[in-house]
Amino acid sequence: MARNKRATPEINAGSMADIAFLLLIFFLVTTTMDVDKGLAVRLPPWSEEPQDESNDIKEKNIFVVLVNANNDLLVEDDYLSIDQLRSAAKDFIDNNGDGTCEVCRGLQLPSSSDNPKKAILSMQNDRGTNYSTYVTVRNELIAAYSELRQDLALRRFGIDYTDLSDESRKEINAFYPQIISEAEPVKIGG
Amino acid sequence: MSKFSSKKPKEIPAVNTASLPDIVFMLLFFFMVTTTMRDLEMLVGVLKPKATEIQKIERKDLTTYIYVGTPNNTESYGSEPRVQLDDQLGLVSDVQAFVILKREEINEKERPKFMVSIKADVNVKMGLISDIKQELRKAQALKVMYSSSPASSAEDLYRSM
Repeated sequence: MARNKRATPEINAGSMADIAFLLLIFFLVTTTMDVDKGLAVRLPPWSEEPQDESNDIKEKNIFVVLVNANNDLLVEDDYLSIDQLRSAAKDFIDNNGDGTCEVCRGLQLPSSSDNPKKAILSMQNDRGTNYSTYVTVRNELIAAYSELRQDLALRRFGIDYTDLSDESRKEINAFYPQIISEAEPVKIGG
Repeated sequence: MSKFSSKKPKEIPAVNTASLPDIVFMLLFFFMVTTTMRDLEMLVGVLKPKATEIQKIERKDLTTYIYVGTPNNTESYGSEPRVQLDDQLGLVSDVQAFVILKREEINEKERPKFMVSIKADVNVKMGLISDIKQELRKAQALKVMYSSSPASSAEDLYRSM
C-alpha cells in the first residue's frame, strides 16, 4: 500500500528536561549527603564480676588521664590543658625506658614507660564530664599514636602512613600498638 | 558593504536546549550516587563534637545508630537528654534489646562487622553515654564509633572544647 511510505513522526523530547528536573528534585529532597565519620573505639567485653585489680602492670607503664566534672584534666598527677596532652602522651609512649624499642627516640627516663608495647594510656572520666571533652581527650590519645606512626612511616619508608601498603602499616603498628584503656566512670558530684 | 549586511537576519536565534536533559540527568546521577536516603525523623537535637582522628564508616548497612541529645519537643519530653532508637525515644535499658534486634537482622556472615555509631550532642554528660556503653557491652556490640565532624586543625578542636 502506498500509505506505508509515510514516515513516523519524531518523538517530541522537549519535556525530557522537565521529567529529569522532577526526578532531580525528588532525589534532592529525599536524600541526605552527610557522610558519617567518627572515632572508632573498641569496648572491652562485659563481665558480671568486677575485674580483679591484681595485675602485674607496673605503675610507670600506665599513663593516667583523669577528667573531672568541670572538664579539667589531671595527667600523671599534673594539671594539663588539652593542647599539652598530645605531646605528653607521645613522650610517654616513645620513652623507651628499657631500650628494647629500636625505633623509639624517647628520653629513656626511668620513671616513664618501658617500651611502647607495655605503655598503656588509661583514661577515666567523671559522670558529669561533657561528651565533647571526652571525645577531645580520646581524640588526643589516638592522635598521639597516629603522630608517632606517621613519624616512623616517614623515617622508615619516606611516605605518609596513610599511603602505606597494608603490610608496611602492620609493621609500623607492631612498633606502636594502640593501647588505650578506659576505667569505669566515677561519680564525684555532678 | 551593504552586500553582506543585508543578507543577515535581524532577530537573535533561540538558544539550543537540546542538551539540557543531558545536563540535568548528569546532575541527577551525581546526586543519586553521592547521597543516601533520609531514613528517619530526628526527635533529638544533635550537634556532633569535633575531632581530627576520624575514620569513615565503611558499611553503613551494617551500622546501627543511637542518637543522644535534648528532645526537640521539650514540652512533651522535657529538656533532659534522651536516647533515640530508630524513630522513637527510648530508655537506656532498651538499648541492649534494640542492638541485639538490629544485629539479628544482618546476614550471619557479616555480623562480626556490625557496628554501633553513637551520635551524641556535645552537651550530653558522660554519665548517660557510659550507661549506653555498658548496655552495648552487655549486648556484645563492642565496635563503637563516636560520630564526630572533622575539625580543620587541632587548634580549632581545643577552642571548641
